Amino acid sequence: MVLAIVIVLLVLGTVLLHILSPWWLTPIASNWSAIDTTINITFWVTGIVFVAVNLFMAYAIYQYRYKKERRSHYDPENKKLELWLGGLTTLGIAAMLAPGLIVWGDFVTPPEESAEVEVLGQQWHWMYRFPGEDGQLGETHPRFMSEDNPFGIDPSDPAGQDDILVFGNILHLPVDQPVRLVMRAKDVIHNFAVPHFRAKIDMVPGMVTSFWLEPTRIGEFDVVCMVLCGMAHHAMRGKVVVESPEDHAAWLAQHPTFAQTQQPIGDAATGQSLYASCASCHGPEGQGNRAMNAPKISGLPTWYLQRQLRFYNDRVRGFHQDDVYGQQMAAMMAVLPTEEAIDHVVAYIDTLPDEPAPTTIDRDIRRGESLYRNCASCHGDDGRGNYATSAPPLAGQHDWYLKQQLENYQRGIRGSHSRDYYGSQMMMMARTIHNDQAMLDLITYINSL
Amino acid sequence: MSYTAIADQPVHMHDPTTFVSKYIWSQDHKVIAIQYGVTAIFVGVVALVLSALMRLQLGFPDTFEFINPNTYLQFATMHGMIMVVYLLTALLLGGFGNYLIPLMIGARDMAFPYLNMLSFWTYFLSVLVLLASFFVPGGPTGAGWTLYPPQAILPGTPGVDLGIVLMIVSLAIFIVAFTMGGLNYVTTILQARTAGMTLMRMPLTLWGIFIATVMGLLAFPALLVSAIMMAMDKLVGTSFFMPALISLGEAVDHSGGSPLLFQHLFWFFGHPEVYIVALPAFGMVSDVLATHARKNIFGYRMMVWAIVVIGLLSFVVWAHHMYVSGMNPTFGFFFATTTLIIAIPTAIKVYNWVLTLWQGNIKLTVPMIFAIGFIFTFIHGGLSGLFLGNVIVDVPLSDTYFVVAHFHMVMGVSPIMVLFAAIYHWYPLMTGRMFHEGLGKWHFWITFLGAYAVFLPIHYLGILGLPRRYFSFADTDFIPDTAHMLNAGVTVSAIIVALAQLLFIINIVWSFKHGKKADPNPWGAASLEWQTPEQPPRHGNWGDSLPVVYRWAYAYGVPGVKQDFIPQNVPTEQVMMLDENGAYQEQEV
Amino acid sequence: MNLWGRLTEKPWLAAPGGVPVAAEPPATDFASKRIALYFFLAVATVFFSLLVITFLTHSQFPGFQALAGEPWQPFTDTTRLWFNTSLLLLSSLAMQIALMASRAARPKLCLLALVGAIFFALQFLLAQLWLWQQLSDMGYGVRANPSSSYFYLLTALHGLHLVAGLVVLVKPLMGFWKGKSLDLIGGSVKLCTTYWHYLLVVWVLMFGLLASSEETYRTLAALCGL
Repeated sequence: MVLAIVIVLLVLGTVLLHILSPWWLTPIASNWSAIDTTINITFWVTGIVFVAVNLFMAYAIYQYRYKKERRSHYDPENKKLELWLGGLTTLGIAAMLAPGLIVWGDFVTPPEESAEVEVLGQQWHWMYRFPGEDGQLGETHPRFMSEDNPFGIDPSDPAGQDDILVFGNILHLPVDQPVRLVMRAKDVIHNFAVPHFRAKIDMVPGMVTSFWLEPTRIGEFDVVCMVLCGMAHHAMRGKVVVESPEDHAAWLAQHPTFAQTQQPIGDAATGQSLYASCASCHGPEGQGNRAMNAPKISGLPTWYLQRQLRFYNDRVRGFHQDDVYGQQMAAMMAVLPTEEAIDHVVAYIDTLPDEPAPTTIDRDIRRGESLYRNCASCHGDDGRGNYATSAPPLAGQHDWYLKQQLENYQRGIRGSHSRDYYGSQMMMMARTIHNDQAMLDLITYINSL
Repeated sequence: MSYTAIADQPVHMHDPTTFVSKYIWSQDHKVIAIQYGVTAIFVGVVALVLSALMRLQLGFPDTFEFINPNTYLQFATMHGMIMVVYLLTALLLGGFGNYLIPLMIGARDMAFPYLNMLSFWTYFLSVLVLLASFFVPGGPTGAGWTLYPPQAILPGTPGVDLGIVLMIVSLAIFIVAFTMGGLNYVTTILQARTAGMTLMRMPLTLWGIFIATVMGLLAFPALLVSAIMMAMDKLVGTSFFMPALISLGEAVDHSGGSPLLFQHLFWFFGHPEVYIVALPAFGMVSDVLATHARKNIFGYRMMVWAIVVIGLLSFVVWAHHMYVSGMNPTFGFFFATTTLIIAIPTAIKVYNWVLTLWQGNIKLTVPMIFAIGFIFTFIHGGLSGLFLGNVIVDVPLSDTYFVVAHFHMVMGVSPIMVLFAAIYHWYPLMTGRMFHEGLGKWHFWITFLGAYAVFLPIHYLGILGLPRRYFSFADTDFIPDTAHMLNAGVTVSAIIVALAQLLFIINIVWSFKHGKKADPNPWGAASLEWQTPEQPPRHGNWGDSLPVVYRWAYAYGVPGVKQDFIPQNVPTEQVMMLDENGAYQEQEV
Repeated sequence: MNLWGRLTEKPWLAAPGGVPVAAEPPATDFASKRIALYFFLAVATVFFSLLVITFLTHSQFPGFQALAGEPWQPFTDTTRLWFNTSLLLLSSLAMQIALMASRAARPKLCLLALVGAIFFALQFLLAQLWLWQQLSDMGYGVRANPSSSYFYLLTALHGLHLVAGLVVLVKPLMGFWKGKSLDLIGGSVKLCTTYWHYLLVVWVLMFGLLASSEETYRTLAALCGL
């Protein structure tokens, strides 16, 4: 009796939850509304079966509850009934399968006029490549991949020279234009999933996969990785910005071609004169200065310096009102107003000697070592950083600065800007450090590297 | 006569005398079954604790220091692998298969008792190797239970040094154990059935176990092949699954391998594995339903055929796990069709269970309410499978929490409902005592309602687009705050359900010594395992002579018969009939 | 009764005359073991088939180099493979003789033949190891190419199956040692013979596969729809 009532209530509750659920498909932003239709068809068919079978069962439990004098009806089989039920089920299945296969047919045939964009997945971020003027993506192979050529573009392929490279997690797409996302993975299997687009396919190392869609709504949408790809899988996030074709063209023009990235960056001699204003805080050899709250900048890789300086310039870093020192630095960027100036000074800093900073923190190194396991995946077992994961070196940096930055990440003072495409990763990771004690232990271990 | 000459020789059954030969190196199928069961439940509890830890992180992020991205993935991997392989497969086939096969077919023991003992101890070894990975440097592997290469054997994944190697070795040992056990179950069912036990007179439990075992024998080799090849990639440096790639900035010395090949192999095992778990559960729940509804199982023949058809079809649906893997898209048409076809025999089974209740005389005992709970959760899990089986619907939903919810409902909650039903149902037979009814009901209500409260809402998180295997959902725009609150609620339910399992453990341990003495056939079951001379059955099961079977296992409520059931081994002429006035009389047929 | 009849019988109907239906010949210990062996052979067949299918898949990837077909490739000259095959064939023949001897109740011949089978099986294993040595000396190490990886993998797994067979063969030998009659040993000899022939067939197919050229793989892969 109770059981029958509970089953009825559960059925009602399930239907109510379904109707009232605030958790539902994200508002669609692509042409794949047909996928939503197939989901709805499936909900109708399965929902009717769910309600009907369970209510029937609840009724049977109630109606045929145990009575001492009752005998069950001896009923070995009923061919007619079973055939009817089987037939109805087959119909229901067909009602779901047929539209599904039709939409799948569309999904796997991209329209002829669709543009191509390459998505390159790696631990734990994506980079993007547009075909450039010739409309053709250059050949690639893992053997060409290096710090200077992360896409692995064949330098001898003329089609690759004008390919436009986007370093960073944020992809811009023009609205109302079909696009075929061509996907490669550098290391392990990844995915490029935008819930608002509905469509996704894995990217697999050693293969090129693809799918197509047509963005239909201007806006910013989250990208998430949907195949377990290692420790920081959950932090592999990005953004897709859908915008008008004009905005898109302007955005694309800001990015270098492959040929441009193969040029040496900046001129160290020009950079030296620019560096004079930096030296007052960061020291003549970039060794940093605690009194001025200036970190060590010598020994940092050029790609990291470039990114941070551009972030300061665009107020992606140092934007938060609580980030006093970050704001100071952002103000100082008046000295380096252009990309070229940044490149010059970076080229100069690259020539400075790399001496480890003095240490001030000394706590439980063994606990620190076990905590560092989470950091090591990106920053390396030796703390030397890794261009592949976009992780700067930690070893040799001032320990007070590391602590300050970890706290900034935890509080969202650093990394929470929507354009800081690696900041959110570090924010999530910094939050796994639960207290001051743990942070000091961790830094003690980094000091030992 | 189909009874076996070898089995029916009580003189040959040396009763074990010492403690060691009776309980440790035992060759008695019943003791081996208990050994399997206890080991499996033990690792199952480990896996349950792991899932609670994961839920804590999801519900209350960054509260516990020892749960970090590395350990979270390790918990997830070990939880999945233990639950699917080391708990469900081992308990359903090694535990219940071992216990019930000889008793239900009327044999004295398995066809090869020594092999049976070896099978258990090999399984035990695989469990030890698996658990050892918790204690090696770097910990167990965190590659997800699917162990996809290249990730499983590349840095950036937890446990890449020793954890993954131990996992592969443990799986290989498990497969050897399963093959030894499986050959035994299949041979015993085919060869050692007692006189009159035709194939179609077998209880559905045996059909489920039989087909599942055959499937296991043919599917586990795929896992073994992939494990061996991955071990070679990892240890010898071959390139079966490893293409040329750049791992964390460094080129690795591989080229020409295919990660998708592993996925095909894995799921060629992995999908049948779902049914290896499901079919014995289908069988056992059918018997529990019929017994406690006091009614014959409806459409027995259709139930048997459905089991066989599901078994066959499950070998041609594997790539529905790979719709978005980047495989040839034309495969999608084929596998979506086969996958949805498999829903038809499965649906028929559900209808027949419900129709078994119809016009029955339903006793809502503890095993029965668990069985009904199974029907409810299985309907739910089966229907959500229709979303994921249909290729285009799977595209937005794959790798989201919808998948998590679906397979936990259909492969987690449902078979575990059956396991509880089966343990409560056969507990009096195994121990000779009754469990505590009240505790059993509390256990049911908390587990059933709690588990539904855990997994129903998770479907909606999946529709929203939450990816699975995420340590943290912070900093995402498309996930509203209510979803985080929901996660906290789900965690609370999950912890309550996990704690409620203590009721179960207390119940079976306490009742073992203090439970009420059970009647010989407390449920009035018609199948053969309840008809042994002593209960619990002694070594050799059947005393001096084997039983002879006269009818099927579902003679409940046969018209004109005095009792509401007729045991399989009661000769027709001894059945007590009603006369025309409704009075009893001995009747000769 | 045939399988179809067995699976369609209506079990709720009383058996004719109330006696148990489906009287079957009594199952013997030997029959059970034979069933188990057949199931095991099915398992092994699935195991090797899956390996072969993955091999054919690999053969269609760029960069795959067959071990035969061109003059400089090691298995273009199949003399060594034929030599090894003949050893395994002799072992199988010896098993067959042992089987016939046990049927003809000639225990001494049976024992002799069994020893011969073990001798040739061990010779085969040694020859396979020698082949490994030779191949890796030629630069076809286990990592050289997927084709040679498969060569080592397949031969190693086949060899392991043979070693397992040798372990099982100890049982009839012990029977001779203890002076048991041929009636008790005959069953084991028969089952081992079946297993030996099976392994011979597996080896011959593997031989054919490994010594094929790339065109053959292409045809085979096309036939498998890969």
